[in-house]
Amino acid sequence: MPKNKKKIGAYWASSCGGCDVALLGLHEKILDLLDFADIAFWPAATDFKYEDLKGYGKNELDLTFFNGGIRTTENEEIAELLREKSELLVAYGTCAHQGGIPGLANMSEEVDLFDTVYKGTPTSTNPENIFPQESTKKDGQTLNLPGLQERVRSLDRVVDVDYTVPGCPPPPDLTEDFLDLLVKGALPEKGSVVAGTKSVCDECSREWNRETIDELVRPQETEIDPDKCLLDQGIICMGPVTRSGCDGSCPEANMPCKGCFGPPPEVEDQGTEMLNSLASVLQLGEEGQALEQEKELLSDLPDPIGTFYTFSLSNSILGGKVSEGGENDRT
Amino acid sequence: MTERKISIDPITRLEGHGKIEIFLGDDGRPEDAVLQVPELRGFEEFSRGRKGEEMPRITERICGVCPEAHHFASTKALDAAFSTSPPPTALSLRELLYNSYIFADHLLHLFYLGGPDFLVEDGNKAERNIVGVIKALGEEAGKKVIRARRLGHEAIEIIGGHQVHPVTGVPGGLSQGITSEEREELVSIGESAVDFARETLELFREKVINTEKFGSLVDDPEYSLNSYYMGLVDENGEVSFYDGDVRIVDPSGEEYLKTSSAEVMELLEERVEPWTYVKFPYLKEVGWKDFQVGKDSGVFRVGPLARLNVANGMKTDLAQEEYERYVDHFDGTPVHQTYAYHWARLIEMVQAAERINELASEEGITGDDLRTPVEEPGEGVGVIEAARGTLIHGYSLDDEGLVESSNMIVPTTSNSAALSISIKQAALGALEDGMNDDQVLNQVEMGFRPYDPCLACATHSVDGGLDIGLKIYDNEGKLVKEIER
Repeated sequence: MPKNKKKIGAYWASSCGGCDVALLGLHEKILDLLDFADIAFWPAATDFKYEDLKGYGKNELDLTFFNGGIRTTENEEIAELLREKSELLVAYGTCAHQGGIPGLANMSEEVDLFDTVYKGTPTSTNPENIFPQESTKKDGQTLNLPGLQERVRSLDRVVDVDYTVPGCPPPPDLTEDFLDLLVKGALPEKGSVVAGTKSVCDECSREWNRETIDELVRPQETEIDPDKCLLDQGIICMGPVTRSGCDGSCPEANMPCKGCFGPPPEVEDQGTEMLNSLASVLQLGEEGQALEQEKELLSDLPDPIGTFYTFSLSNSILGGKVSEGGENDRT
Repeated sequence: MTERKISIDPITRLEGHGKIEIFLGDDGRPEDAVLQVPELRGFEEFSRGRKGEEMPRITERICGVCPEAHHFASTKALDAAFSTSPPPTALSLRELLYNSYIFADHLLHLFYLGGPDFLVEDGNKAERNIVGVIKALGEEAGKKVIRARRLGHEAIEIIGGHQVHPVTGVPGGLSQGITSEEREELVSIGESAVDFARETLELFREKVINTEKFGSLVDDPEYSLNSYYMGLVDENGEVSFYDGDVRIVDPSGEEYLKTSSAEVMELLEERVEPWTYVKFPYLKEVGWKDFQVGKDSGVFRVGPLARLNVANGMKTDLAQEEYERYVDHFDGTPVHQTYAYHWARLIEMVQAAERINELASEEGITGDDLRTPVEEPGEGVGVIEAARGTLIHGYSLDDEGLVESSNMIVPTTSNSAALSISIKQAALGALEDGMNDDQVLNQVEMGFRPYDPCLACATHSVDGGLDIGLKIYDNEGKLVKEIER
């Protein structure tokens, strides 16, 4: 056993658990990780409780993989606690990085969520209008629940993040690469997104002829040519505005990229950039008419939010309907 | 009155967030225990307005442990909503991926999540985990576990494009097929999966069934719930994961009803409680009778125990042999002992492994007819057996194919009432002597682990779309806020 064995932690906030499965997806390599470090907190796989975590000293964990966005008051409290206890805090996966798919809820207010979930569904019977409460008395005892916050935030909007490993979930080689750098003490500058620096198109094997197209089609409406660029076929693919590092795994499986790695370094907002890309491949007629037609395109396009901001709504310039004072709270 | 309680927070080795509060009486003995689920992401709400064909890739983010279940329940709902059905090759490939998932997910539970309670005997909290399991079994056996799980995920990746969150399900089929090299790989994965699953059952017999400590736990009527059970069965009434009819049996094992999957939504209602974000489904006709089981209470269970209780047997030979040993042991079905979930799960793992093999060996599996064209969008329901039980997705699509409303009933939600009762049983049993150290409290957690709960799934179900006002009550039931829409 090496001297000074490290301690690592892993945690899920508002997420699906796929990032925890991705860590297990190191498969045999997880044994190497265990030679290097002990797991000192990981609710999905070990029995350490919040009390144990609270008992650790400042920075006692050498590194924590934090997955999930911040949705509840508990998510925020644990994020702050893990920041204090961790020398390095890694935003692991799309939700911690960009808010992820749960960030689509930023178009809804809490009242809508509750309404839909606990009252509106065909199978809900709730004549007494019972909704979850932050504090309830049950047989004389108090039961507390964390509250939902107004909006989903990515981890970096709540605490300082040292590194980001993107992806929904991060692919196995990306996690391996990150751990190799960690073990070698060769991690890049703090604040880095540890993935590719180009776009998914850069690593996609499809033939891209930069064709102009007449109309957009949806995957079920067409036979998808497995060798030809999806955009050339009129299928919206977020590849051009998405950071590389996944080996183009969705286009390789004959489906379009949905943007889970977030924007490449030079792109600020995935959705607006994608609209620009689309405008340039669609035949939008004469210069000057283009803007009008772009607007028309947008208004005709079904579900632009879900199409262009599947994973990144909470960090986008739109922010969502439920934004704080209508402003984007970039820190 | 001062409150005396013990909190287990968070509960661990499961998917998602939960905590257990145990309330003690004046004599220090436990009187009640509740499982609270402290999270809600609201998929339900934000699915509305999305393009129907995106739902398999959106809803699988409900759960990263069982994304394959959501991906294909969703794809099946779309098949129905677009009035199409996949060609035979696509159907077989979906089922092949699906059985690889059942195999890998059941394996995950035994060795990584629930199993360490048995496999790391007398372990403390630092040891009761996969690392402890590898130590206990030896590195060679530990590596075999990791390898078998990897192969399961590689099979998923070959057909689904990713090891986690597959992407290839489209209404009417699959976006890609497999090559003959990939087929050979899948056949070999199937073969080693069968060997591994059988060895795992031997291990389970040695470490659990045939031991004084755990064998008696599996048999103990104290940890039984005579509930209703729900699961899918094929045309022969045998356990089926990807497709089939919904069969429900009552606590005596008599068929309560059998129905095509599209009707299943009509059978259920869900109860809301103010102290948790999870809802409590029950059989509508039988009714909600609080947290109780029996013929008069609509509480039902899903998952491996339930599937073996509703079926006449297993689909494959080796699994059928194992099933017969199981039925002999319990003198027939239904088996109500909650810890028997662990055993039933491993019998299913054998079936899943055998099905990988059978499907990969099919003549037409490398065919390239993978898609059936879609018709106009409408409504559709997709039912599938997730590792944890019956999973139902129902969508209503508008003329443009956008989601108007959706309703998803997920297995851990279906089990949520039973889970609460089992945790109370475990707490009253384990804490009887007033001790509450780490190992005793872990016995309380062992009350939920048979169900292999996924609390992330459990709190992201359902969507409706009714325009109604919201009344907010305080904990005394007094109206404090009313919001009109």
